[in-house]
Amino acid sequence: MTTKNEKKTPLMEIRSLHVNIGPKQILKGIDLTINTGEVHAIMGPNGSGKSTLANVLAGRPEYTVTQGTVLYEGKDLITMLPEIRAREGIFLAFQYPVELPGVPNWQFVKTALDAVRTHHGGKEMDVRSFNKLWEEKMKLVEIDPALMKRSVNEGFSGGEKKRSEMLQMAVLDPKLALLDETDSGLDIDALRIIAQGVNQRRRPDNSILLVTHYQRLLNYIVPDFVHILIDGRIVKSGGKELALEVESTGYEKIKETAARG
Amino acid sequence: MVNAAQLHEVIERRLVTPVKGDQSQVGMYEEQFRAFTNDSKAAGPSWLRHMREQGMARFAELGFPTAQRGNERWKYTNVAPIARATFAPAPTGRMTAAALTKLAFWNKQWTNLVFVNGKFSKTLSSEMAGGVYAANLADALVSQPDLVRSHLGKYASLASDAFIALNTAFLRDGAFVSVPADTVPTAPLHIIFVTTKTTAEPTVTHPRTLIVVGNGSKVRVLESYITLVEDSYFTNAVTEIYVGNSATVDHCRFMVESPMSYHIGMTRAYQGQDSLLTSVSFSTGTAIARNDVHANLDAPGSTCVLNGLYMTTGQEHLDNSINIDHVKPHCTSREYYKGILAGQSRAVFSGRVVVHQDAQKTDAVQEDKNLILSEGAEADSKPSLEILADDVKCKHGATAGQIDLDTLFYMRARGLDVETAGSMLIHAFANEIINTAPIEQYREYLRDYTEKLLPEFKFVAPE
Repeated sequence: MTTKNEKKTPLMEIRSLHVNIGPKQILKGIDLTINTGEVHAIMGPNGSGKSTLANVLAGRPEYTVTQGTVLYEGKDLITMLPEIRAREGIFLAFQYPVELPGVPNWQFVKTALDAVRTHHGGKEMDVRSFNKLWEEKMKLVEIDPALMKRSVNEGFSGGEKKRSEMLQMAVLDPKLALLDETDSGLDIDALRIIAQGVNQRRRPDNSILLVTHYQRLLNYIVPDFVHILIDGRIVKSGGKELALEVESTGYEKIKETAARG
Repeated sequence: MVNAAQLHEVIERRLVTPVKGDQSQVGMYEEQFRAFTNDSKAAGPSWLRHMREQGMARFAELGFPTAQRGNERWKYTNVAPIARATFAPAPTGRMTAAALTKLAFWNKQWTNLVFVNGKFSKTLSSEMAGGVYAANLADALVSQPDLVRSHLGKYASLASDAFIALNTAFLRDGAFVSVPADTVPTAPLHIIFVTTKTTAEPTVTHPRTLIVVGNGSKVRVLESYITLVEDSYFTNAVTEIYVGNSATVDHCRFMVESPMSYHIGMTRAYQGQDSLLTSVSFSTGTAIARNDVHANLDAPGSTCVLNGLYMTTGQEHLDNSINIDHVKPHCTSREYYKGILAGQSRAVFSGRVVVHQDAQKTDAVQEDKNLILSEGAEADSKPSLEILADDVKCKHGATAGQIDLDTLFYMRARGLDVETAGSMLIHAFANEIINTAPIEQYREYLRDYTEKLLPEFKFVAPE
């Protein structure tokens, strides 16, 4: 948690971000600053644009930024290729992780880690060290090692896919984790494990942006800031208590209040 | 309405009475045939001379097949460039073991039979060992005449196929492998047909292979068709495989010929009761290439698995025609072919499974999947089932698609660039077939080999 006495370092600065999918405008001017060490939650109803926000920050090619700027560590993010963003420390945990039949988990994650390391002028990790890291992180996210011997996400249940995302995140150790509805489709047990994995990442040197529809996840991952996104705009920002307000009053009420205020 | 028996008759008639083909170069082949039969070294026993004559006569009658209506087997592959071209008989070639090892899988512990420009190379081939008779067909005709006679030409019918007829006309050198009953040879066999520098004009070879596996035996055989040159030439190959009762044949076929060459490869298998044939082919494209497999499940309880991986690029054309006849009940067949297509290449898959009237309890699955890497590439996939029995379990499917953009983004979001992600996906796609190749050492070779081909099979992300 940041206090007033600490010097805040902006990790990501989003200014007046407008985003289209094809001709359709989804984000209509987002302003948001995420400092290092902060956990931000974006809440919003279906179709509000919250997933778009997470995906556009990770560089999904179908989305077009029509206006606005995004600076990541002071660098222009919008012109950066998705793979460069990943190597620079941005990790998107997918709402629907993709199955990669025939691509072993171990190989995929090692290739990903080596891409990050070589990007920063380092060497590929030797197999022995990687295996050690891999074992350690599998324990951390409580994932069945037998499952990880299979192809990436192939035939995994919803919960297993999300856990696999958490494993990848733990190995890659990003500076900014974007969690896109990571809680959707999870039973309470899986939710607890996912939250535990995220909470272990809370350090002064990294940040988390989580996107969710429900307040449920925020019982486990307590955010520093909550933003309500409705129809492509942040209509209200506040502390963790805002999530509870949404839970009791609903998005419509918040929207009305915001419009009046 | 046509009843099952009538339909069966239609199918039979179509098989034995092909549409009249292109006879424009028949005269040239007849002239070569006269020179060939006048060569005393080619003589052989009288039954063989008769078989050759029958082959020549049948070829002259049929001509090369043409891609036209009513000729289903050749509908998607136009062999007119082969039918109209002139080819000279291939001259004697030179080849070293060192050069050979660079072109194909090579293991000197295996029983190797090497043919250079269609002629048996004693120096490159190994001595027979470990319970198998493996020799040049020309030599086997002298030492094992009865055994050869009882199988040669019995499974590859020259009646219905011009290429088989032509191959039979020029039958001399070839691979003969015979495994007696209840025998497991210690080493796998490798049959290599290599084309070396040819004459200025295009040349032709007619490689022939006969594999006879006795009851209760198990054998592993790899066939390789390779080349030293980038020239135009024509390989007209025929392979016959007899799988005895309760016998197992693990068969792999590696076809990497010159991109300018023509390759027609006919594999004909006959399976005895409770036998198992697993045949996995790997092919790259050529000017015109055809991998034509026909398995005959003519005894109850037999199983055949016919899988293949094909990779085509440039202007190449490759046709996999994979046919299975379920004649008797309780047989199982699996066909799984996968293609990776780049450039302007074209790949054809035509699978045909015929379940005959008596073949109850047949279990047949046929599948073809294509990964299309460029806009100009085209895959024609035509799996088909003709079912004349009523108690069977059959299904077939075909897909052709590009790399999925969601998949690509997922991988890029983990830091992999488009090229790395693409080659990882292509490799995964190919491995599904490679992993089914029944000879382990060769499987590793194939993995490395396809890896080396990947630069020619780059995935280019659409903007």
